[in-house]
Amino acid sequence: MDAFLFLVLAAIAVVSALNLVVQTHPISSALSLVGVMGSLAVLYLLLGAEFIAAAQMIVYAGAIMVLFIFVIMLLNAGGERLTRRSAYVKIFGVPLMALFLGLVSFVIQAALPRGEMVVFGAFTHGGPADIGRSLFTQYLLPFEVVSVLILIAILGAIVLARKEID
Amino acid sequence: MNFLLLTLIKVALVAAVFLTALAYLQWIERKVLAHIQLRPGPYRVGPHGLLQPLADVIKLVTKEGFIPSHVNKFFYVLAPFVAVALALTTISVLPFGPEIQVFGIHTWMQLTDLKIGVLFVLAVSAVSVYGVALAGWASNNKYSLLGGLRSSAQMVSYELPYAVAIAAPLLLLNTLSFREIVNAQAGFYFGFIPRWSVFQLPFPQIFSFVLFLIAGFAETNRIPFDLPEAENELVAGYHTEYSSMKFAAFFMAEYANMITVALVATLLFLGGWHPPLPGAISNYIPTAVLVLVAAICFYHGAQPYRKWDRFTFPIAGVISLLLAGLFLVPLVQPILMPLFWFVAKAGLLLFIFIWVRGTLPRFRYDQLMHFAWTFLFPVAILNLLVTGLLVALFPK
Repeated sequence: MDAFLFLVLAAIAVVSALNLVVQTHPISSALSLVGVMGSLAVLYLLLGAEFIAAAQMIVYAGAIMVLFIFVIMLLNAGGERLTRRSAYVKIFGVPLMALFLGLVSFVIQAALPRGEMVVFGAFTHGGPADIGRSLFTQYLLPFEVVSVLILIAILGAIVLARKEID
Repeated sequence: MNFLLLTLIKVALVAAVFLTALAYLQWIERKVLAHIQLRPGPYRVGPHGLLQPLADVIKLVTKEGFIPSHVNKFFYVLAPFVAVALALTTISVLPFGPEIQVFGIHTWMQLTDLKIGVLFVLAVSAVSVYGVALAGWASNNKYSLLGGLRSSAQMVSYELPYAVAIAAPLLLLNTLSFREIVNAQAGFYFGFIPRWSVFQLPFPQIFSFVLFLIAGFAETNRIPFDLPEAENELVAGYHTEYSSMKFAAFFMAEYANMITVALVATLLFLGGWHPPLPGAISNYIPTAVLVLVAAICFYHGAQPYRKWDRFTFPIAGVISLLLAGLFLVPLVQPILMPLFWFVAKAGLLLFIFIWVRGTLPRFRYDQLMHFAWTFLFPVAILNLLVTGLLVALFPK
């Protein structure tokens, strides 16, 4: 059952990701991205990371993508027109893409520790209490540094926007 | 019993009751609004318009499903489905009562209990804005687009105070599963003050409750925050171009969201199905209320104001008496009593929703945003900080 669900959701995620690139209209692309986020959330849930799955839905599929769609609707962006591909792209596009994918998968395989299989349901420490405890004990410093970083980014955005208004 | 069969029965039961409640909530809303405005409200279809929801459903189903020529067809059709599907999802994690025993089978009056139940509710409400936003965009109409834009901005803004208001009682209750949330509110202080979140020490969550309700009004696009469908500016807002079942889907989604907010508020703040009075007294309250209703019915039946009153009022009185007796049968009492208190609390909150609609005017759009960001959100944060401080100072 778990393996079946994994295959279905992985397929949905990959198809949505491809659709995101193929679609010409920004709204369709944005909604495909929502599909990717949603299926990733369920994959996290399958792996036992309950809190991450909920956060993925609330923050990414909810807040961030809603803002994307809001901006697309506000600018009323139309579908983009495809230009004719250049000769270089036609000749080298597919082989270079295949080479790149092969390289990436080789690096990932080489970098990951060997011999450990993912077992569905084996990980049970993904609840909010466990995440909170490790965030506020083991990873306290990185957690606080990231929050300050995000605050700086927000302030920077406000300063930049102010400059344009004045 | 077989888990699958039991679950299917429960799902069918919950779906049937929920959808009926949706239809009748609309009747109740029209009736209450009408009485606030000194009119009788729906009166023609059935006694006191009781069959009006049925007539409305038949009307909406049999109407022509018209698709305008200028819309983006795929998203235009998708939007109402997204809206209604997400609105009906949340009910699956909400409990309605404690563990009960029917024909020797133990089961919870809940479809499923998630360890992250509260987060699930937040996630669904965060995603549910897509239905409205897509409908506004796909309709290819300036009023719809403005409605969709307003609704996405409004829901993203009010999501923050909504979530922060939920977080404060969770600090007291120390769990995210709805079942345990309700269990943590059982019992009484000094033998008579219920330990619901709104009364629970060290910091009664009365502010969170009010903040949650205000943000809940905005999340469900109800007056005074119904800017996405402000009819004096935007015709009908995001559902201007929709008709028949697709319109009905948006309508259902709105009422389903309203019920969900009321149920979540009941579970988080008002102690779920726990009675407000200690001991066995609370078990006799529904009977007493129904007997009172029956007495009033018999009194008015004896002094008929209209021609049919001498028949209709005694019949209503007898039905009330039968129901009153049902609440005393020991076999069904453990099932009915929690349901009674749960429905009574949620019903009170839904009444407040309707009452506010009949009382308050609509905000202006800039006032709405200003209110969210400069008042509601800071107050919610302050409330969360005070709660956290007091919980840390006075651990249980």
